[in-house]
Amino acid sequence: MRIGVVTFPGTLDDRDAQRAVRLAGGEPVALWHADTDLHKVDAVVLPGGFSFGDYLRCGAIAAQAPVMESIIKAAGGGLPVLGICNGFQVLVESHLLPGGLIRNDVQTFVCRDQKLIVENVDTAWTNEFTLGQEITIPLKNGEGGYIADAETLKRLEGEGLVAFRYKDFNPNGSMNDIAGLRNERGNVVGLMPHPEHAVEPGFGPDTSAAMRSGVDGLGFFKSVLNSVVNA
Amino acid sequence: MALFKKGSAAPSNVDTTANAAATPEKHQPWKELGLKEDEYARIREILGRRPTSAELAMYSVMWSEHCSYKSSKIYLRQFGEKVTDAMREHLMVGMGENAGVVDIGEGWAVTFKVESHNHPSYIEPFQGAATGVGGIVRDILTMGARPIAVMDQLRFGDVSHPDTARVVHGVVSGISFYGNCLGLPNIGGETVFDKVYQGNPLVNALSVGALRHEDLKLAKASNPGDQVILFGARTGADGIGGVSVLASETFDADGPSRRPAVQVGDPFAEKVLIECCLELYAAGVVAGIQDLGGAGLSCATSELASNGQAGMRVQLRNVLLRDESLTPEEILMSESQERMMAIVPKRDVAAFTAIVDKWEVEHSVLGEVIREPRLYINWGDEEIVNVPPRTVAHDGPVYERPVAYPAWIDALNADSSARLPRAVDAAALAEQIVEVVSSPNQASKNWITNQYDHYVGGNTALAMPDDGGMVRVSEETGLGISIATDANGRYGQLDPYAGAQLALAEAYRNVAVTGATPMAVTNCLNFGSPENPEVMWQFKQATAGLADGCLALGIPVTGGNVSFYNQTGDVAIHPTPVVGVLGVIDDVARRIPSGWQDEGHNIYLLGTTRDELDGSVWAGVIHDHLGGKPPVVDLAFELSLASALNAASEQGLIASAHDLSEGGLAQALVESVLRFGVGARVWLDEIKQVGGIDDTAALFSESTGRVLVSVGREDDVKFVGLCEARGIPVLRIGVTDGRAVLGGSAGSPSGGTASGDGTDARLEIQGVASWSLTELAGVHGGTLAELFG
Repeated sequence: MRIGVVTFPGTLDDRDAQRAVRLAGGEPVALWHADTDLHKVDAVVLPGGFSFGDYLRCGAIAAQAPVMESIIKAAGGGLPVLGICNGFQVLVESHLLPGGLIRNDVQTFVCRDQKLIVENVDTAWTNEFTLGQEITIPLKNGEGGYIADAETLKRLEGEGLVAFRYKDFNPNGSMNDIAGLRNERGNVVGLMPHPEHAVEPGFGPDTSAAMRSGVDGLGFFKSVLNSVVNA
Repeated sequence: MALFKKGSAAPSNVDTTANAAATPEKHQPWKELGLKEDEYARIREILGRRPTSAELAMYSVMWSEHCSYKSSKIYLRQFGEKVTDAMREHLMVGMGENAGVVDIGEGWAVTFKVESHNHPSYIEPFQGAATGVGGIVRDILTMGARPIAVMDQLRFGDVSHPDTARVVHGVVSGISFYGNCLGLPNIGGETVFDKVYQGNPLVNALSVGALRHEDLKLAKASNPGDQVILFGARTGADGIGGVSVLASETFDADGPSRRPAVQVGDPFAEKVLIECCLELYAAGVVAGIQDLGGAGLSCATSELASNGQAGMRVQLRNVLLRDESLTPEEILMSESQERMMAIVPKRDVAAFTAIVDKWEVEHSVLGEVIREPRLYINWGDEEIVNVPPRTVAHDGPVYERPVAYPAWIDALNADSSARLPRAVDAAALAEQIVEVVSSPNQASKNWITNQYDHYVGGNTALAMPDDGGMVRVSEETGLGISIATDANGRYGQLDPYAGAQLALAEAYRNVAVTGATPMAVTNCLNFGSPENPEVMWQFKQATAGLADGCLALGIPVTGGNVSFYNQTGDVAIHPTPVVGVLGVIDDVARRIPSGWQDEGHNIYLLGTTRDELDGSVWAGVIHDHLGGKPPVVDLAFELSLASALNAASEQGLIASAHDLSEGGLAQALVESVLRFGVGARVWLDEIKQVGGIDDTAALFSESTGRVLVSVGREDDVKFVGLCEARGIPVLRIGVTDGRAVLGGSAGSPSGGTASGDGTDARLEIQGVASWSLTELAGVHGGTLAELFG
């Protein structure tokens, strides 16, 4: 199972995403922003960071990168694509997912262990979870406030396109507590929190069982392996 | 006249070496540039003529206190002298390079250093702090290492002063902005508020990097013919400040205006530069490398040449500029960030270019290395610098400044806290505990640390609020490092020798409680003006204390930084020697957290509690008092304590360990219950009996060499035996009991608010007070957010 992980200039969590793929049992393949070749990968992760320094608008310049041409096209054909944090912003800027992400309402960068509710399990990246499952994964962003116009919000809710919602605490002022979205087909998922930081015991969020033992993020990467096998 | 200025390749008003030789009598603004008369005379003597304005700019900045360490050098030498062969055993690169390098085994090495960016951070807190992070990270990168973490040591003025919030917000968001965007986990640090830092906030930044032994790089240019390449951001008018005086001197009224003193950072450019450099190193195309920080090109060219015992020919016209109006002097001085200088063999230039092009990093070849130990810099066809590089970079002036025993210190030491009234009943004690743990310096720093990414990289094993930060270096074996930094300016004011040793002892202990073995030391010595003999005495004492302390603990100083002139008018800050200790751990999986995770464990206090409240948080917070003598330091005991902790960790006997320091036992208890939301019942009787002390001392004394440890019942006998065999006093003082569900435990990254879902536990100090953890989380967790949120 070859899972591509894209590196843009300014990407930070690419090695973490590669590790997550590896720990889930997949083979990570590094993809370069300037290269349109997807190297026959079975799925793609757009990892977190500050691509192109977040200049102009978060994700806006990366959305124009050569690799994105291929990814947008392949996503149209059903290729599973996961956008994490900056990757989510890239997906939104690429119009693979609707809406926008703005400065956190608290006006600061926020890093915390975040509880989420899994709102949809019929996607390439969430099929390992159960509907309504509570998971905890790290959140770390400065511009994670999800916005959309009323009509879009209504459609997202009506068609079940909200993939994750913040639980107990909305850290950035996102509308409807939206933490992540899926597209209609279910192959494209984007979210602000970071599943790749909750995949290895000892380096994830704290749980009641032990310090830094949370591995709830592994489900994302196992899900895509399932979906690729079943495809 | 102005008509012809722009078009000509070399403006006629450039001060060439020929011109300098021909006009020996020309007055030069050496005084405005901070040089002393004898220093200017020495430059003339070295060159055999007056310096050109470019040379004058170079010497003035390289011979400044900041770059030359001219006031501190005679004291810093002892860090290299007071060492044993055993201390050198793991030292791959010692002091003097960009950062020290320590062998941590398995073919891995780490390099780490802490540096100050105090003055810029007061003028422009956001950019000052941001570029402070950027600068220290480039130092680490320069050694051939991948930077793997950052920490920051902050001192601000009084929380109630109207200017403090400006500095706090600027500095914290500057670190957050720059560090987060670089993708380096922020794994810890210090934040202290004290009115002595009101006009002189301290912003120290630490970075650590990891490298394979064979990847070590040094800042030197030694092979004639190698190309001198400047790459990274373009050169602009940043950080030129004082050198503008030359511009106004050389140019007419229509010349450039005065330049800003503060640099502006672009973390994206630095992130790309990091990845680009690591790829250049891996390709083996770099023979020497130096980052551009203070003194910019002046420093990089002269140091590379001097270190390599060679020379260099540089064409300054080849520097890529952001601002075409810069004069040659300004280009030489510019402190534009995110720039590096590489020395590249001719045969590797094509490969070098391919890599920087891939990363879309701009570069230009400035010149080449020459055999003759001379630095020639041309502006077009005109020679503007012709100097022996060593005289610029390394043979600067050395001062033996006057030293005077402070007139006020005996009175300060005589004013002991013994005269302060103590709480007479349990209710008053309980109130004091709450007052201490909610005071700005003792309260949770979540409001700050929640703005920093500590996850990135996926290797963070410990971070704030644990005593030390810990990062995995090898994913294969789990080999990792732990770092803690400490400094207590109040102790430093009472006794700078002891103050430095107390900082060292605490940082050492903080590394030991994580399960790591302390190996090396870095420091950032923040002091007032060296021209004040009493400050110089403080500096002399602190450096002696630190050097003697390192010798006693058997760990070497690998590098550091001195920041003088931290004073407003005649009032200096407290001596604040920030000491960072680096430890190594064979497998980060055996790291020890600072708080209790399990119910029903026994709580032990290791070490001896004496009535030591002088300079304490209790004296400061409850009585606004600073006087007397700081706690006694016993470094031999710290050694045994660390070795006992290490043995206990290796045998898997301890579930948690937390150092006792500021705020004493009371503070440690509150932090330990809140870390994971596990409550406790604690009694003070034995502590009081054994130490012959009262409740106040038992709770608030800051006696050193103490650690709070929790142990599962099955390991009790073994653990107590281990301590007793090593002569470590061990007292069972309580048990852990009950579990609270806090909104992410108060100490944890998730914040300090209770979720209020009804599950709670308590901290009971028998005979004193009992609180619910929700209540404690509120008082300990909310302070900074209330002040600055």
